[in-house]
This record gives sequence, C-alpha cells and structure tokens, in this order.
Amino acid sequence: MNWRVHVRVLPRAGLLDPQGQAVQHALEALRFPDASNVHVGKAIALDVSAETEEAARARARQMCDRLLANPVTEDYEIEVEPAGERR
Amino acid sequence: MRVAVVRFPGSNCEPEACRAVERAGGQAYYLGYRDRSLGGAEAVILPGGFSYGDYLRSGAIARFAPIMEAIRSHAESGGPVLGICNGFQILCEAGLLPGALVRNAGLRYLSRPVSVRVERADTPFTNAYGNGEVIAIPIGHGDGRYVASDALLNELDATGRVVLRYAGTGEPGVPFNPNGSLRDIAAVSNPEGNVVGMMPHPERLADPALGSDAGHRVFVSLVNFARSPTPAD
Repeated sequence: MNWRVHVRVLPRAGLLDPQGQAVQHALEALRFPDASNVHVGKAIALDVSAETEEAARARARQMCDRLLANPVTEDYEIEVEPAGERR
Repeated sequence: MRVAVVRFPGSNCEPEACRAVERAGGQAYYLGYRDRSLGGAEAVILPGGFSYGDYLRSGAIARFAPIMEAIRSHAESGGPVLGICNGFQILCEAGLLPGALVRNAGLRYLSRPVSVRVERADTPFTNAYGNGEVIAIPIGHGDGRYVASDALLNELDATGRVVLRYAGTGEPGVPFNPNGSLRDIAAVSNPEGNVVGMMPHPERLADPALGSDAGHRVFVSLVNFARSPTPAD
C-alpha cells in the first residue's frame, strides 16, 4: 500500500537562521509583533510503498538520514498518512 | 603530477583549475561525474559551481555521483583531494570533511576578493605559502557559512585542521569574515591533512595577467607535494 509521507526539515535549534530572522523582521514590520521564533526550512512530500505505516515511517527516516536532511545542521519531522486515490 | 578535475552538471571554473595546475608545472585533465575510475590521477580537484542546481542542499546530490566512490578510495589511501567552493560543499556532504556549509549570514550571494590567513602551510595545497601569510583571493558563493558543533570546532582548532581563516586587513571593501563562518573558517582538512576544502577560488587568481597570482601557489604546493619524498623513503 502507498503512504503519503510529509517530511519537514528545519535548521537545527541554536544554529543562526538568518532566513528565519529576516522573515520575523518582515512580520514585525507588517504589524505581527505576536510572531516569534520564526524558522525557515523545507517541506518534502512523497509517496512510499510499504506494508504498514511504521514500515513507511522507517523508510522515510532512512531517506532523511541519507539524503533529505543534513545531520550537522538540520532536524526533521516525519508525518505519514494513507496516500490518496491513485491518479 | 597528474591532476584530475571532476566535472559535475553545473560545475564552474574547471578550465581555470586545469590552467592553474598546468601553469604550476602539473598535468591536468577532466573527469566526468559518471566516470568510475580516476584514470591514474595522483591528485583530484573538485571545482566550484552549482552542481545539480544546488537542489536540496549545495553538494547533497553530487556526493552520490558515480565518481565519488573512486574519490573516496583515493582520499582514504592518502591521495590529495582539494574541494574548491562547491567542491568543499560536496566533500562535507560526503563526510570526507567535517562540518557543513550553509546560507551566508547576510543572505546575499558574495562575489568579491577576501583576505585569508594561511594557518597550515604543511598541506599538499598550502606548502608553498608561509605560515601566517595573508593572501587576497576571490570568493563567489551563497552558501559559504561554515558551521560545526562546538566540540568539533574545538577539535579542529586543537589539532590544527583549520587551513585558512578569513582575515580582513582593514582595506576598504574587504570584509573580515564575509559569510559568518564560525571561527572565521575558510578552509579545513581531514585529520590526515590530505583532503582540504576551501571556499575561496585560488584558481581564479593564479595568473599575473589578472593583476595578482595570489592563488597560484595552491597549485605549486600540489606539484611540490608530488616531488617531495614520502616519509617512508
């Protein structure tokens, strides 16, 4: 079965994130002073074919460790849901 | 000294790297990223550029190119490998050098001369410079901020693996540390010293016709290294 996997990659906490800072300053300038702790990362979506949700998650974790995230500078989160109708 | 310059999709300055090697008395030739053998190379240069469009992260996809296995074996057997700019990023992604290169602190692409201090004049790529010598060579990068954990930075300092550090000399227009690299690091080596990555482009300033050949001695160093007797001799 196919699983829809969403990977969120964010700069490691504590590492200078100039993009996040620039966006936060822009939000402040647009009068959103209630926004803080802004970080900019990337979202990667893919279908993974696997027997179970856990198996799909384990494969996605391997993909992150191998390629999708840099272990020196980034952290990642994975969400898995049943894939939608085949197109 | 036979030097292979590896071309990835999106490499740049590879002709300059070949010319710089030849002007220093070496013999240079190209390898493609799909090649699987180094063709008898004694040293390898990974040039600058934007391999695979810098998609995902700079160097993240090039590190899996077929040629990288041969480069890893060459590096692990002590052969000299120099990564320039994108080549440095690829070597970090491949785990042949420690740390990572991320977006410049100022978020802008920088193309300008910088001053760097030679902190290690005993590598295959810096032995023709004096220890502590400051040279001005160009940078051209958007992702040049060197980052690593504090523990790793301490280890790099303690074991003398920082090869070049940004060292502005106060001249107007030359920033001290252009990209926010931790501890002003512009180049590092592996523990053995045979693999070096640097963000500046010495091959872009290696001919006096350009007004300076401050980068020339990187390539002279490599040719010197080939001629020097090995410790076992």
